Parts: sequence; structure tokens; C-alpha cells
Amino acid sequence: MVEATKFESSYSYGFIDEATKKEIRRKTLKAVCIPGYQVPYSSPEMPIARGWGTGGLHLTLSLIGKSDVFKIIDQGSDASVNACNLRQFVQMMTDCAVTFDTSEATIIQSRHRVPEEILTDRQILVLQVPQPEILRGVERFEARTRQMHAEADYAKMWVSLYEAFVRFGTLMRGSGYPIKVNRRYIATPSPIPRWDTPNLSMAHCLYLFGAGREKRIHAIPPHTLVEPLEFEDVKFKVEEFAGILCSASDEDRAFMDEIFDGEGRRKHVINDSNFLDKVKSGPRPPQRLFTNPQ
Amino acid sequence: MSQPQDQNWLLRVRGLTKIHGDPGHNTIELTGPEHATNICPESGAIVAIANIDFDLYPGEVLGIVGESGSGKSTLVQLLYFDQPATHGRALFREVDEGRSNILTLSNQRKRFIKNHLMGMVYQNPRDGLNFNFTAGGNIAEKLLMAGTFHIGKIRGRANYLLTQTEVPVQRIDETPSSFSGGMQQRVQISKAIANNPPLVFFDEVTSGLDVSVQAKVLDLIRRLQQESGISMIVVSHDLGVIRMLTDRTIVLKHGRIVEHGLTDQILQDPQHAYTQLLVSSLL
Repeated sequence: MVEATKFESSYSYGFIDEATKKEIRRKTLKAVCIPGYQVPYSSPEMPIARGWGTGGLHLTLSLIGKSDVFKIIDQGSDASVNACNLRQFVQMMTDCAVTFDTSEATIIQSRHRVPEEILTDRQILVLQVPQPEILRGVERFEARTRQMHAEADYAKMWVSLYEAFVRFGTLMRGSGYPIKVNRRYIATPSPIPRWDTPNLSMAHCLYLFGAGREKRIHAIPPHTLVEPLEFEDVKFKVEEFAGILCSASDEDRAFMDEIFDGEGRRKHVINDSNFLDKVKSGPRPPQRLFTNPQ
Repeated sequence: MSQPQDQNWLLRVRGLTKIHGDPGHNTIELTGPEHATNICPESGAIVAIANIDFDLYPGEVLGIVGESGSGKSTLVQLLYFDQPATHGRALFREVDEGRSNILTLSNQRKRFIKNHLMGMVYQNPRDGLNFNFTAGGNIAEKLLMAGTFHIGKIRGRANYLLTQTEVPVQRIDETPSSFSGGMQQRVQISKAIANNPPLVFFDEVTSGLDVSVQAKVLDLIRRLQQESGISMIVVSHDLGVIRMLTDRTIVLKHGRIVEHGLTDQILQDPQHAYTQLLVSSLL
């Protein structure tokens, strides 16, 4: 006898219905085919509000299968409230394995950080993006920014960098530093620190960017050239943590959080929690480190 | 034209036409100076300019004169791609050796031409300058788009241009909104000539400036022209400006050329009744 199993579960696998997952996968493929180009997509309703990580969830849930190992971090931490809630939700909806270990995971969803450890060709990093339009700061109309991308008309972006330099003496972008992908589109790397930006270039893994509220997906495929915007005489630089050691591990050469203890004393701790655990307990995992030009 | 056989032109314009609205079959025939209107009585379409032919030669300054509404500004805006032309051809020696109609190129190529080969100075500085950027940033915009990605060189060039146009260099990092009208106009000129383009359009640059500032701006344009040999198209309703700057002049009325020739000739011995009226109204 054939058993009717279709309605046993009240949700589709991975929460999103199959037709919409298919739509998101097709848009993801398009994004991969045109590196840096923002592809509009449906951004279906989720049990969390748009703009709270829905773009990342859409990508994750449309890609994930039962054999995947899922890791999610929020500003480098596996244990933040947001990360824990989303991890639990994804696990409930997909029965996949979850992990804190960066090297074990096959899909890593992240907010505002790229893991310190080198990602491999069997891993996908899904980044949550609040504002996918890097030109929004210089042009408020969507129709205009689309035309600017279509015609590679990036004069205003460049002038804003020039102006930042002449007014403040630096290129003045803490996070979300503008990048040129595959020598064509200027895109946002999502609000990751400058420290992580060079890791996007010529990586082994696939980077996907989902902006749920703005309904856009863009991607950086493996082995794609990503260049931060810089001038011939004023170069892009990552954050320097010269002479600073992590107070928890005595290690350097990682993105540090600056924290103050109860007495107001300043100390630094490695931001990537899994990387910190690994350097405390064993050999240092492999990293790609960028050296600032002199 | 005066030298129809001459092949040494820089810009060749043939049959340039701009019609607003839906034209009928006879729209072109039913409008123009002989009908004293540019509104088609049959279709209601407005003929901004029609069938404009002229050549511009290297190093030449061409004046376009006419009353308001005669199509002067439309003419340069079509050539600077600010508006699409209804039909007509414009050949530019610097683009494909003058074989391509620049009016029908892709937007990307049009932008390349604007950034590398042309400059425009508008009547209102707000049209030509971005008031959210500094004076230096406005000049930088033009240089960045022409491929100069070196802040030191950009600032050197901006300093030089602002010195040339007598804008105080100390104010390079202020926005144009804090400048006087004459200074804004001179920043606009600096931007227009930043890449040494072979062709610059001036659209009523001195309107709205007081007489002494007008004289300064005109002096500046004439000096730049003599030093670098830029070809220019100068649009003005002011015959004084035309007399001071231009070698040859085209007189427009209701969107048509009613007279063309050497500027001195036109001012001394106007042939067309409308030009006679213009010259006799000169204060």
C-alpha cells in the first residue's frame, strides 16, 4: 500500500516552497554568471522580518540539503543570539548537521565577517547584506543607479572617494569598502571590515550575497578578481593591529575586537570565535593575510 | 556653407532636427521663419530645430545667435547628447575618423566622447556642476572619467585650472554653493576644459553675470582659446559676446538657419530682415 506522506510535515523542506526555492536558485545562478551584478529576486516571507538576515536565509535554504554541514556566525561569533536562533531554525527545517568548526562546514552563513580560516572549494559563504547598492550613497534614485551600473558610469563613486581623501586625509570607509568585481561591476562586499576584503579576491570558495529587504542577490564566483577601489597614489589599506596581541590567546594577525573591562582597561580579543578556539587549543589554522603597501 | 568642398572639418552637422510631440507629414514645411512659428498648425508638434547644416573647423569659434526659443540651446544640447535628436547626422573627426554618426552611438560611447573629447559650459552652473561635490571634486570627476586615477595629478591639474580661471586656489575644497555666480561659472569652465578637449560648447555663459564679471569670463574664454586652439561653439543672444568671441556666426530663427557667414560681415552688413532687426536693436 502506498502511504500518503506529502502532508505529514506542515512545512516544505527548508521552509520555502519548492517553486520559490527554484526561483531563488535560478537567480543565484544568474548572479554567479555575472559577477558583482545585482539580480532582483522574490524575497519571500520568512518567520523573521526582512532585513534581519532573510537574504542570507533565502540563499542558505534554497541551497542546503540533508548532507550539508551548516555553520552560522554573527559578527564573527557562533554564539550570538541571532546566530543561535537562525541555526536552530535552519536545523529544524532541514535536518542538516550543524557545526562551529569553519573547516567542517559546507555552507557558512555570516553577517559582517569572512572567517579568518581559508575557505575551500567545497564551501559556500553566504553573506547577509543590508544595502546591496553601493552607489546609493552618491545617487538616491534606483533607476539612475541601474543605468550607472549598466554603462559602468562610476564617476560619482570615484569622486566621493576623492572627496573623502581631500577632506579627511584617508579613504574613510570602515566597513563595506567598495570593490570592483571581475573588472566590471562595482559592488558592496556587505559590511565586512576592510581586513576581510582582500579575501574575496581569487578565493577557492563561492561567495553569495543576499539582501532580503532590498530583494537583491549578487555573487563572487571562485577565482574571480576582486579589487578594492584605490588611487595610484592613495592605496587601499586594511586595519592595522600593529603590536596588538589577543588577550585571550596571545596571538596576533587576526581581526581584533577592542573591549574594555570593568575597570575601563582596554584589551583586544580575536573576533572570529571559532578561530580563537582553534588557536587556543592547537595549531594555527591556515589564513590569507594581506600586507598593507608602504 | 561657405567652404562646401573643404574636407578639413572637425564637426560636420547635417539635417539636425529635434521635434517635440508627434509630427505630421507637413510639419517641417508648415513651420519656420516664413510661417513665423515653430508650432505645426496641423499636428501641434513643436519644431525646436530643423534641417540644421554646418561645419566647424579645427581651432574655430562658431557663434550661434538668435532670440529666445529659436533653438540655440537645443542645438548644443543635441550635440552634447543631453537630449536625443529626432533625426540628423553629426560627424566628429575625433570619433572613427569622422565616419560615424555620433548621435546614434551607444550611451557608453557617448559618455566616452563627453568625458574625453567634449566640454560643456551651461548657462546655469547648477546644470554643469554637482553642488554636493567640492570645486576640486567637480574637476576631478571629469579627470577620473578620462582615466586619471592619481590624486596628486588630479589636484595638480585642478590647481592649475583654477589659477588659470582666477578662482582662489585656497577654496579648491569648498563646494560651489559658497561661491559667487561668476566664480561658479569659472569653475564650470575649468571643468569643461579639464581634459583639453578639442571641442567645447558654451551656452549663454555670461547671462546673469554683471558687466565686469562678464568681461572677465569673456577674456578668459578668449585667452584659453588662443592658448590651446580649442574649437568652440558659443551660443548667445548677446551680439556683443558673439562679436568678441567668434569667427563665424549662424543666425537662428524658429529653429532654422536664416543667415550664416563671417561674424564681422553679419554685424556690418546683415542680409536677412531678422538679422537686420537683431543688429539694429544692439544697444
